[in-house]
Amino acid sequence: MNNINTIEFDALIIGGGGSGMRASLELAKSGLKTAVVSKVFPTRSHTVSAQGGITCAIASADPNDDWRWHMYDTVKGADFIGDQDAIEYLCSEGPKAVFELEHMGLPFSRFENGRIYQRPFGGQSKDFGKGGQAARTCAAADRTGHALLHTLYQNNVKEGTNFLNEWFAVDLVKNSKDEVTGVIAFSIENGEVAYLKAQATVLATGGAGRIYASTTNALINTGDGLAMALRAGYPAQDMEMWQFHPTGIYGAGSLVTEGCRGEGGYLINKDGERFMERYAPTVKDLAGRDVVARSMVLEILEGRGCGENNDHIFLKLDHLGADVLNSKLPGICELSRTFAHVDPIYEPIPVVPTCHYMMGGTPTNISGQAYTRIDNEDHLIPGLFSAGEAACVSVHGANRLGGNSLLDLVVFGRATGKHIQEELKSGGGVTSATKGDIDASLERLNKLNESNSGFDTADVKKELQECMQNYFGVFRRGEFMKQGLDQLKDLKQKVDNLHLTDKSDAFNTSRVEAIELQNLFDVAEATAISAYERNESRGAHARDDYPDRDDENWLCHTIFDPKSKLVTKREVNFNPSKVEAFPPKVRTY
Amino acid sequence: MFGNKLQISLYRYNPEEDKFPYMKKYVIDKPERDIMVLDLLNLLKEEDQSISYRRSCREGVCGSDGMNINGKNGLACITPISEVIKRNKIELRPLPGLPVIRDLVVDMTEFYSQYEKIKPFLQNETTAPEQERLQSPEDRDKLDGLYECILCACCSTSCPSFWWNPDKFVGPAALLQAYRFLADSRDLKTSERLESLSDPFSVYRCHGIMNCVNVCPKGLNPNKAIGEIKSMLHKNKKDIIASDGA
Repeated sequence: MNNINTIEFDALIIGGGGSGMRASLELAKSGLKTAVVSKVFPTRSHTVSAQGGITCAIASADPNDDWRWHMYDTVKGADFIGDQDAIEYLCSEGPKAVFELEHMGLPFSRFENGRIYQRPFGGQSKDFGKGGQAARTCAAADRTGHALLHTLYQNNVKEGTNFLNEWFAVDLVKNSKDEVTGVIAFSIENGEVAYLKAQATVLATGGAGRIYASTTNALINTGDGLAMALRAGYPAQDMEMWQFHPTGIYGAGSLVTEGCRGEGGYLINKDGERFMERYAPTVKDLAGRDVVARSMVLEILEGRGCGENNDHIFLKLDHLGADVLNSKLPGICELSRTFAHVDPIYEPIPVVPTCHYMMGGTPTNISGQAYTRIDNEDHLIPGLFSAGEAACVSVHGANRLGGNSLLDLVVFGRATGKHIQEELKSGGGVTSATKGDIDASLERLNKLNESNSGFDTADVKKELQECMQNYFGVFRRGEFMKQGLDQLKDLKQKVDNLHLTDKSDAFNTSRVEAIELQNLFDVAEATAISAYERNESRGAHARDDYPDRDDENWLCHTIFDPKSKLVTKREVNFNPSKVEAFPPKVRTY
Repeated sequence: MFGNKLQISLYRYNPEEDKFPYMKKYVIDKPERDIMVLDLLNLLKEEDQSISYRRSCREGVCGSDGMNINGKNGLACITPISEVIKRNKIELRPLPGLPVIRDLVVDMTEFYSQYEKIKPFLQNETTAPEQERLQSPEDRDKLDGLYECILCACCSTSCPSFWWNPDKFVGPAALLQAYRFLADSRDLKTSERLESLSDPFSVYRCHGIMNCVNVCPKGLNPNKAIGEIKSMLHKNKKDIIASDGA
């Protein structure tokens, strides 16, 4: 294992989802030697599962729509801890990024006038919350993520991007100057280990929903990039902020798009009551996802859940009629029939709030440059970048709005690519790593490969997921989280001592799964400690013991330091450049 | 015969250990509720780490887990075992016609290179407008049933013509995508695209066997798309069809 090949690139993108392939597209076009390292063939990435659309003020449904209104909604949706410089960039650059996707061939649905179809989504308003519901989510039926991911892959093929498909990145390589100089990775197909050296390394590895037992996320969403950064000693921001999507299919976890409610569907309890009218009288079922998810859990806790065990809620769609469902929500009809055994044309879909999205991640600026914190100040990490769900730029703050994740991917994937291109062309970059640096990054892989006793990956993974589900779910309480933290301490020993029984090289998925479990643990630990520290309720972080938002003490980001395992605070950016900042106010829908 | 037991016959091959592939039998208690074939594989893998297969979204949209289930290609994650159990038995094999890397994992290089060959990207060299290119809903409707392909390879690997000429016959999956761009009102390379498909193999090795339609887990119809391509070719170049020796 000690004499491994070095493969050199200008830029290395870890992850072949939406943000990674948008960044790589920018870089491939620039002529820089770029490679995408993806543990699955790129079109198998989780972006493919996004359904409802990409939210952006392209002024198609409403010719008067304004990106500033989108910005206002996003700031409010984030419960005021999204960085306003980043949100401004997201919303104002968004239209350009969306039109580029259309030019690349993305098969958006259309209005009669030939423009891109837009549907209403939760948390959307006109005129800074004063003009009623907006319809701002651009859609390709209910398969927008699939259409987007395939379009990006196709255009990368066109531009000749290098793909290292079914290669698994294990750890960052860091030199004595604290520069990131690439990663250690191995080919899943034949086990070959290599040092992939690069001037710029982009973590575009997506989320880690698999830390929970019940999630809408793909099996591959194990937070690999974020965990690599944590192990290299770099911080994670806002890790307590996990979005629980209101409508995961009961029992299966598969996502049912918010677009269902955008098209006129609504939630009912066992009495057939449209209960969101009580919780959010104005916008009802199209309130922020955190608000809807909590309302559903309260209905269930108070005995008004549906089904034999009163443990889920119904999403009613049948009143929309077969035509609307077949043309606007065909994928949902298919998923419901397969996983819920109901046909939404005739019956409601059983749903429960399900872990869906990681708002936190590696902190970056709007150019995708990752930073660390030294003495409570931001310091850029030379050579390291991040974009998409793996990063925390932070546009989603304490709660992401539906349709903003796809926009995040393309806007910041694109910005990261552009920045790296400029930086490298103007002579920027990093120096090299020594053999010692490389060996240090090989340690974890070597230990696993040499294990001859220890714990079973599948067992430990279940324990971890149950622990997170039980103690760090939709509602949280200090005393319970303390129990969860104690359990995580025990689990740490097990995760560090996994037994890899199969040592073979050819397509050894058990090796991949063991490393993924270690990644999940690192993300779970950051989540648990951050959640325990934030003594208030804000956005997706709802505490029984601190039910109110506390702007005096907690209008801030949390920064988790993996070395000390301590949480510190970081200021939220209230300095957009083109508009006045939106000050915090009471968040109602 | 097995009562409450379920017998799984699984194709096993590890190139580092096995000279030849073999079928291994696993007997488990019949699951209490109806689960998907992928869930079944996950249960087996918890007992035997060495079993290898691809999976990602587990909901039928990423296309990772195409395999041969009791003789028919399908996606493991959306195939309920109740639909495929025969006399309490399930037989799982890799997709046919492609080299096996290990167990249920096949080498898809040939499949992907056919996809790349059809230039699967929109070609329109005119200056892009500041906003989107307009497309009528009617023109957009023409892409339905085409763009939804997930590249799982269930169709191409069920096609005898593709088994026979995987290097020369483009295969149903890539031809579906070829037609997706031919049908797109925004794409301007129609004649170049047709030209590159006009040889005797690329399209014309399709003999309408229809296995592709039969197995597509997304309910798409590559055979129909191939028919459309053939009639476009026919319109443009009647002579090609006349000289087709296939």
